[in-house]
Amino acid sequence: MGDHLFEFLLRQGDNTLILSHRISEWCGHAPIIEEDIALANIALDLLGQTQMWLGLAAEVEGAGRSADDLAMLRDAWDFRNSILVERPNGDFGQTMMRQFLFDAYHVELLNKLVNSADERIAAIAAKSLKEVEYHVERSASTVIALGDGSEESHARMQAALDDQWTFAGELFETDAGDHALNDAGIAPLPSSLRVGFEVRAMAVLGDATLIIPETTFAHSGGRSGKRHSEHLGHLLTQMQWLQRAYPGATW
Amino acid sequence: MYAQMVKSENTDSGPELDAFQARIDAGEKIEPKDWMPAGYRKTLIRQISQHAHSEIVGQLPEGNWITRAPTLERKAILLAKVQDEAGHGLYLYCAAETLGVSRDELTEMLLDGRMKYSSIFNYPTLTWADIGAIGWLVDGAAIMNQVPLQRTSYGPYARAMVRICKEESFHQRQGYDIMMKMAQGSEAQKRMAQDALNRYWYPSLMMFGPSDKESVHSAQSMKWRIKINSNDELRQKFVDQTVPQAEYLGLTVPDDNLRLNPETGHYEFSEPDWTEFFEVLNGNGPCNKERLEARNKAWDDGQWVRDGMMAHARKKAARAAASKVAAE
Repeated sequence: MGDHLFEFLLRQGDNTLILSHRISEWCGHAPIIEEDIALANIALDLLGQTQMWLGLAAEVEGAGRSADDLAMLRDAWDFRNSILVERPNGDFGQTMMRQFLFDAYHVELLNKLVNSADERIAAIAAKSLKEVEYHVERSASTVIALGDGSEESHARMQAALDDQWTFAGELFETDAGDHALNDAGIAPLPSSLRVGFEVRAMAVLGDATLIIPETTFAHSGGRSGKRHSEHLGHLLTQMQWLQRAYPGATW
Repeated sequence: MYAQMVKSENTDSGPELDAFQARIDAGEKIEPKDWMPAGYRKTLIRQISQHAHSEIVGQLPEGNWITRAPTLERKAILLAKVQDEAGHGLYLYCAAETLGVSRDELTEMLLDGRMKYSSIFNYPTLTWADIGAIGWLVDGAAIMNQVPLQRTSYGPYARAMVRICKEESFHQRQGYDIMMKMAQGSEAQKRMAQDALNRYWYPSLMMFGPSDKESVHSAQSMKWRIKINSNDELRQKFVDQTVPQAEYLGLTVPDDNLRLNPETGHYEFSEPDWTEFFEVLNGNGPCNKERLEARNKAWDDGQWVRDGMMAHARKKAARAAASKVAAE
């Protein structure tokens, strides 16, 4: 169970860490100051959640590593985030579409995790849920505004959805570890979150006048760590650079 | 202190002007709907927008290190700080808008080079220690000017400054904290810290602008309480405060002429290279081109987003109006 739990916590912390990192790349470059501030807020929330998830992962592992060690000193194959969140930002529409797809999954997950049999997980989920309820409200309204906006914004949002949809499926991938945690009442089966996700996605994307691609294909390999995209390695070279270049230094 | 070389406009004379000056002399605040001389309005627009632009462009050198911050905590602090700068830009644009200009107009003037931002943000951030040096020195210099501006005569500007100052002092502390960690760290970290001080010392002194002893603009702005202290006074205050902090860190201020004058109690120091300062203002700083390119790119790439949101707002309003008609 310990291994499954550690893996589960890495999946949570790596999703929030990598997505936070991507969003933080917008800082100073967003289309409107208000959006710049809002994106930084979301990146900060996710970073705070990362500290909690990876902090607990380090504690559960019991190998003397810290949350920072996990973030800064693992190589790509040890990361357990889904491929969706490591993909480059693209334009603002692609960033917001990725955000909405992730938020719509995230809010379903946290809604279940607040009742986890593991009190530490329930506490992190309760704190995160307050933030993520706002994230999904905001990303949904942005997707609707831009989907139902000008001809150009509509076309860009449709392209963003077409591009990202097949990366959302991985969030619901379910393995033996997930079953073990579900049996112990610690975490829901990811596959069980799909219905809630789809109800929300259909409503929001419908209001955005966007068409969901007709495919059941889903990319995979991030949450198992078997095959990340090429993008993750580049992200890590930047994120981990100081820790790698000056081993053992304190900052 | 993000306003440099702000040209002040002299103005008409007459009984209204005398009454206006009397209000300022009495320490009253001027509010947006009050009568004000055209020159006061123009000078303020220039000064407040230059400050706002500096906050926005100032996101870039520090933002340059968000994705490379060494720990999760440092990253969170830096991200929050750069987000604060965007917030400061926003309050200041709002303050400028009370004077009858729009944020979009001001943005366009920044992007096409008609309006300036502080020279300091045209210097590169090359190592993590630069993030410490910016917080410590650049925010430290900014606070010197902004604290008195909380008492400036224009109400919206003064109130914006109150909020900004609270955040700036936190920024300065986090910068000093980064420097402290590095100054007490490994040899490489110490070297990085010293190198950052070497590169940021004189550009920080330049932030106060050249000596304004002879400047008519400064005299007019001081009379209007848009400017509270002279550039030299503030620079001296900054040096007096900062040198002991550098000593505490075990770092050396890169100035052979630096000495404490026991009679005055003030430090004597070398002037920065004003030729370099004017080159930077004229577009020849190390990063002027990159900074303006980045802001232009953000604005141009964001055009479809702003247009799309406006189009959606119009559609929504039209639908609401149509359903109201249908209900009646």
